[in-house]
Amino acid sequence: MNQAYEISHLLAGVMLVTSFALLYQQRVAAVLNTFAAQSITLALAVAWAAWSQDRPDLFITALIALTLKGIVIPVALHRTVARLGIHREVEKVVGVGVALMVGLALTGLAQALLFKVTHGTASHAREELALALAIILMGFLMMIVRRNAVTQIVGFMSMENGLILAATGARGMPLVVEVSVAFSVLIALFVFAVFVFRIRERFDTIDIEALDRMRGDRR
Amino acid sequence: MTGDLVMQFLAQGVQMFMVLLIAPLAVGVVRRVKARLMRRQGAPLLQGYRDLAKLLRKESVIAENASWLFRSAPSLIFALTWVAAALVPSFASGLMFNWAADVVALVALLGAARALLALAGMDVGTSFGGIGSSREMMIATLAEPAMMLIVLTLAIAAGTTRLAGVADFFIAEPLAVRVSLALSLVALIIVALAENARIPVDNPVTHLELTMVHEAMILEYSGRHLALIEAASYLKLVLYLSLLICLFAPFGMAPASAGVGGWAIGLLAWTAKLLGGAALLGVWEVSIAKMRVFRLPDFLGIAFVFGFLAILLAFLARGALE
Repeated sequence: MNQAYEISHLLAGVMLVTSFALLYQQRVAAVLNTFAAQSITLALAVAWAAWSQDRPDLFITALIALTLKGIVIPVALHRTVARLGIHREVEKVVGVGVALMVGLALTGLAQALLFKVTHGTASHAREELALALAIILMGFLMMIVRRNAVTQIVGFMSMENGLILAATGARGMPLVVEVSVAFSVLIALFVFAVFVFRIRERFDTIDIEALDRMRGDRR
Repeated sequence: MTGDLVMQFLAQGVQMFMVLLIAPLAVGVVRRVKARLMRRQGAPLLQGYRDLAKLLRKESVIAENASWLFRSAPSLIFALTWVAAALVPSFASGLMFNWAADVVALVALLGAARALLALAGMDVGTSFGGIGSSREMMIATLAEPAMMLIVLTLAIAAGTTRLAGVADFFIAEPLAVRVSLALSLVALIIVALAENARIPVDNPVTHLELTMVHEAMILEYSGRHLALIEAASYLKLVLYLSLLICLFAPFGMAPASAGVGGWAIGLLAWTAKLLGGAALLGVWEVSIAKMRVFRLPDFLGIAFVFGFLAILLAFLARGALE
């Protein structure tokens, strides 16, 4: 039991580390690869939970995470990037150092918060939940500090990774919900992709700073 | 009882001279591995010893306006680094002076040596020395907080800051798969690369680059002074390698109660692990490029972030255990 718990803790920790790696990476291709690594780690974590807690339905979740987010979405985004020709450096709102420090603060916040809220529950679920919340917040942060639309999509997807991890730890999410979330994420990807192409057509760039000019309240 | 004391004393002495003896060999292994991977013949493994012997024989040229600090710094740096290197438990955890092998003391010794080196770099007043010193200080201010965080993580896990105690703890619980330890391992490797002026941070093989850090500070040294400083840098490499071994791969190390046989096994295991670590360092140095100086804060920032995460997770695990 203890060993099972140590390994799931390790995998969740690796996911948090990949979240930090997402914030650190400079190039779009590297960001996508890191995201794929995070999704594969998620699949491993879910599969481990399925095996060690004897809940076979979680294997399906793991399979969805592996195929959709580990392979299909990164490959699709790689193609998008290749078609848009934007493999140069990512523009950011703040520097890497600041982003990492904010990420640390968010991780601390997630832990402090969960220890207050889940006082008295099983410690295993609690730790995993704290890590999952940190990953979700890091996904938010990623969407805030990146200006490039493709990396914002990755931020959104990594947030969703955190949600799945939380659901695994909390022994909650029914399979129907799980499947529908997975597909809505896939649909979100299509919507995002269409938007990215439209933005690009309209503004010749996918730097979302360009959208600010549309508001008309500058100038 | 007296015989026991003598044996303990001898073992400590063996450790002390062992690190000094093996240091040039470890550097030789790193260079050799690098050379072979680049399809060069490479210098013989014992080149480090020959270099030191050659430097010791040569005359030491000192700039006219050098102060006493410039002349005394090499011996002090060498002494401080040697003491620090001799304190890290290598082949046995229960040595005579293991109560002194505290991680915080280790950081302090190395910090003192670094401060002296930076001062000596600025002493003669050449511009290269100044650049080197200022960069060294920049790296130090980034690496040292990370180092302290790693130390505190280990102290939380093992309940002590004594290196021997930490090693004993990990020998007793070898299967503790802890994410905080994995994180602090990565962080410690980054700190070790930065402190030893290794490749993503500094290039150890050249002193002809504008981006050099360590070599810029010691550019004015020659003869026996240079020999001492070089020996100190070799010792520092051995120190960090054996720190990594002692904290994260202590298997084979003789426990406190072991006799001479246990020590012999420990010595063999330590030597093998040390040279293996040196070979890995060579592979690592060949496979990546040196970083721009202005990206260093980001790189060392990773060490800090990992150290901080490690300590957060260690607290989390602790809170869960209670």
